[in-house]
Amino acid sequence: MKVDHFPNPVGPWMRGNGPQSDIVISSRVRLARNVAEFPFIMRCNEFDRANIEATVSRRLREMPVASTCNYFNVATLKAVDRQYLVERQLISRELSENQGARGVLVDRDENFSVMINEEDHLRIQVMRSGLDFEGAFQQIEALDDAIDEKVCYAFHSQYGYLTACPTNVGTGMRVSVMLHLPALVLTKQIEKVFRSLQKINLAVRGLYGEGSQAMGDFYQISNQITLGRSEYELIKQVGDVVPVIISYERKARHFLLQDSRDDLQRQVRKALGTLQKAGQISSEETMHLLSKVRLGVNLGLINDLDIPTINRLFVYTQPAHLQKMRGSEMDTTQRNKARAVYLHSQLELPSGDAPQS
Amino acid sequence: MKCQRCDKQAAFHITDLTGETVSAVHLCPNCAKDYLEPQQAKKVETSSLMGMLSKQLKVGQTAEQLAALDQKVCPICGISFFEFRKQGRLGCPHDYTFFHEELEPLIVNIHGVTEHKGKTPKHSSISNEAQMQLIQLRRQMNEAVEKEDYEQATHIRDLIRQLESGGRE
Ligand SMILES: [Zn+2]
Ligand SMILES: [Zn+2]
Repeated sequence: MKVDHFPNPVGPWMRGNGPQSDIVISSRVRLARNVAEFPFIMRCNEFDRANIEATVSRRLREMPVASTCNYFNVATLKAVDRQYLVERQLISRELSENQGARGVLVDRDENFSVMINEEDHLRIQVMRSGLDFEGAFQQIEALDDAIDEKVCYAFHSQYGYLTACPTNVGTGMRVSVMLHLPALVLTKQIEKVFRSLQKINLAVRGLYGEGSQAMGDFYQISNQITLGRSEYELIKQVGDVVPVIISYERKARHFLLQDSRDDLQRQVRKALGTLQKAGQISSEETMHLLSKVRLGVNLGLINDLDIPTINRLFVYTQPAHLQKMRGSEMDTTQRNKARAVYLHSQLELPSGDAPQS
Repeated sequence: MKCQRCDKQAAFHITDLTGETVSAVHLCPNCAKDYLEPQQAKKVETSSLMGMLSKQLKVGQTAEQLAALDQKVCPICGISFFEFRKQGRLGCPHDYTFFHEELEPLIVNIHGVTEHKGKTPKHSSISNEAQMQLIQLRRQMNEAVEKEDYEQATHIRDLIRQLESGGRE
């Protein structure tokens, strides 16, 4: 199966139409699972890996739900295609860069994916737009049950689902949200928030997604503990704290609007202007500026753009997406120019409505 | 503001949350990219796990005891405790039983508890014993292939097939 453009411009989870999606980009749940009759990846030779990939992918494709999925043999994909899947967050950077037999089953609508031979034999993940753990949880339960019928999971009566790394043992479940917190960053409150999160065993990563190098005020919050709490308790642990952070971010946004509206407006317009006029631009700077623009749109400081457009730009300005659109491979300099051209075409405002300061 | 790692203009002001204390890091786009590479974050994670482990092991153990512990090898997958310590990844499901004593304090340190709560698999088509046997046989088959003893490898492969079909309809 070739990696081609997916039917949707971006996965539905990136569309920006879910609950609280001005701040919550996406909700995600992943499960780490291993097949009982094979050694963990670390002790597999090439032959074992090939055996696992063949066995597990065959069984996965027997599932009814697989009829609306594509299976990609990641080992045979070109680097740009692997990167494309990473940018859409359908596979991890680790799976992309691992050696040997490996693959991924991807839902055509990109609501879920199942990686084979990542750090564990199986990594099942479900994504949702905005704050929607209930939906993600229901789907991953169903997926896990369906896979459970096809393979024999490594399980221990005391330790639960067994994983290659003891940090994932138990439920094997990582619940995470991707938050856009530009106002907490601008008001320098972010550290305080994170310190308090770490005290209650939540992990914070100042990154745009796992395995993506993109950034720009995006933070991922997830549970650190996987053992001794039920799946539902883990969902609740992360789910309960998100509304609190959302309220902090909203307060900070409100404060910025009251305290320094003009300054903020200038910053936001300058960011938009740079994105519209740059002759070449790196993907990091793009993230950084898009983050400002996103805040501006959410605060009503920019009226001609909407959040789905901005969200799409975050994905489409990344290297593999640019190259796929262009239909050819490009080096960094070529990409920086192509990125600027693309941004220009997407951010062109109706005539007479050009940004002014 | 200048980048902390080179002399270029710092464009990224990153909050570092991975250490003991939260700190701010100021970097240019290039250095920020290196800094934020998830590959590096992974390394930090593994090394902190290993740091935790070595700290624990030093409590109440002499250097000889530690050296002896490193030699301990799982009979099923063949991983030594030293290899686990080095890589931070276990070799097979049996390691949780075989290295139980060494792992338990580590697991308490990470999770605070040692008992799973929550979902359990609904199907288990292969007995625990057969699972371990399969992992062991696969290793023996690989070893036979390495030694170019194809007769032995074929024999083991047949045993594996028997075991696999024994558990399934
Ligand atoms: Zn630098
Ligand atoms: Zn083992």
